[in-house]
Amino acid sequence: MLLISCPNCGSRDETEFHYGGQAHVPYPENPNELNDREWAEFLFYRDNTKGTFAERWLHSTGCRQWFNMLRDTVTYDIQAVYPMGTPRPATAAPNAAESGTASLAADSTTTGTAGPSIAAPSTSATSITATSTTQSGTTAPEGATK
Amino acid sequence: MSTQQLPEHPDFLWRNPEPKSSYDAVIVGGGGHGLATAYFLAKNHGMTNIAVLEKGWLAGGNMARNTTIIRSNYLWDESAAIYEHALKLWEILPEELEYDFLFSQRGVMNLAHTLGDVRESIRRVGANKLNGVDAEWLEPDQVKELCPILNISDNIRYPVMGATYQPRAGIAKHDHVAWAFARKCDELGVDIIQNCEVTGFLKDGNRVVGVKTNQGTIHTEKVGLCAAGHSSVLAEMAGFRLPIQSHPLQALVSELHEPVHPTVVMSNHVHVYVSQAHKGELVMGAGVDSYNGYGQRGSFHVIEHQMAAAVELFPVFARAHVLRTWGGIVDTTLDASPIVGTTPVENMFVNCGWGTGGFKGTPAAGLTFAHTIATGTPHKLNKPFALERFETGALIDEHGAAAVAH
Ligand SMILES: Cc1cc2nc3c(=O)[nH]c(=O)nc-3n(C[C@H](O)[C@H](O)[C@H](O)COP(=O)(O)OP(=O)(O)OC[C@H]3O[C@@H](n4cnc5c(N)ncnc54)[C@H](O)[C@@H]3O)c2cc1C
Ligand SMILES: [Zn+2]
Repeated sequence: MLLISCPNCGSRDETEFHYGGQAHVPYPENPNELNDREWAEFLFYRDNTKGTFAERWLHSTGCRQWFNMLRDTVTYDIQAVYPMGTPRPATAAPNAAESGTASLAADSTTTGTAGPSIAAPSTSATSITATSTTQSGTTAPEGATK
Repeated sequence: MSTQQLPEHPDFLWRNPEPKSSYDAVIVGGGGHGLATAYFLAKNHGMTNIAVLEKGWLAGGNMARNTTIIRSNYLWDESAAIYEHALKLWEILPEELEYDFLFSQRGVMNLAHTLGDVRESIRRVGANKLNGVDAEWLEPDQVKELCPILNISDNIRYPVMGATYQPRAGIAKHDHVAWAFARKCDELGVDIIQNCEVTGFLKDGNRVVGVKTNQGTIHTEKVGLCAAGHSSVLAEMAGFRLPIQSHPLQALVSELHEPVHPTVVMSNHVHVYVSQAHKGELVMGAGVDSYNGYGQRGSFHVIEHQMAAAVELFPVFARAHVLRTWGGIVDTTLDASPIVGTTPVENMFVNCGWGTGGFKGTPAAGLTFAHTIATGTPHKLNKPFALERFETGALIDEHGAAAVAH
């Protein structure tokens, strides 16, 4: 069971949340101009990263708010929690360490107004650098997520 | 009825050769699909100078982690055609492969718990019959007759309102199936290379000409990807994308019990399915964990949920114990149907997206994918499952057909 730090409510069991898949996928700017290939990309294709993945979660039985999270899809370590509409925080080198448990996320009670809030797993060796300006090359433009 | 002894292992299964510097075709992934593909390439197309590359050990992926349900009662014509072909192959394979992998046609029941379920089920039975798939609709008392330990009373949360039943469906011993294919592949001259991880591809323009591995570079004219949960990772190495999300899928077994469960029971509504393996353990599974994952493990609440459902449906299970739980990595698509065919890279072919239910498809996946690799063209059974369907919109939406979970 993941222990997830909702930015509004603090640490709660995974069962309170709903998974929303890949984060930072903007709705097409000019839907009328998309061809079939581009529609297929938007509707059916998502990254399927092995490693650090930016994804959306909804605290459905809590504050009912969406937020973003960086999570390692191999170790399931939660590396950062940050508000919708803010860019993906830069992480240090991808987490290669095999850490045993999936419930290491530290509390993060920061509410989502002042840029990304980072919850580094307290017992893991991963270090995360919070930068509200740097953007990883693969993510969508700032504010593009809904 | 008593529990069954497992057959003796054959004295010899396969060689463990060093990889050659080149092959006519290379199959990536030594699960059921990769092995079946190699077998049919050698047997039906005379391609024996080929290799199966497996990064771990044979069947260490989903092949020996699944709950082994085999059935063909899918709703849509395209699915019924390929899964029924698979079932007909299952019926002859023990003899053809000269290996008793305990294929047991003990029937599969798909329970209905709501009026919506009942309507969908009866519709599916009709569709199955039109497609030559054996299917029956059972009323609750017939359900009870076939599986006496099922609770069909009215005072459970989701009472059993009936079930579809496919008598020819059943289970098999998954690891033995892999070994059966592997032994025949080896006999036909196919090199099976374990501990050989594909780390990249060699291309000449847009044409694949080789694979890079931790055991060196191997040149080849054709590559067939059978990497299940890792399909996206390999596609990315080759330079294209797949509409796949990899999720953990868990299962569990109890300790051994006297035979109490004569068939296979699945319930999509309360989310559990159960059979009793030959040695006597109860085998259970449910749906995927919601998040993406490559960790071969999932969250415990998913196990808890399926056991609660199982105990309500089968009150005698209340005193059984969980012996072991585990997880695999399943390659899901949005229409819950597989992706088989050509790729944007020339001479590279893909077989993936079988998700939570590809064990049953193993023989037909192998047979038709071998055809596609050998001829460069679709087989009539896998043609509808081409990657292009996500662009044309010709999806095969088996999600709507409740019987889809496994
Ligand atoms: C818990 C569980 C229950 C299931 N229950 C059922 C069921 O009841 N009925 C049913 O029909 N289906 C079921 N399935 C689904 C079924 O197991 C899969 O669809 C099927 O096994 C996939 O094909 P495969 O056997 O070839 O996959 P796998 O056995 O996963 O084979 C893929 C192989 O590729 C290898 N590989 C990956 N990357 C590389 C690389 N870079 N280089 C070399 N090798 C690589 C992997 O190590 C792996 O061995 C279940 C799955 C799970 C996990
Ligand atoms: Zn909350």
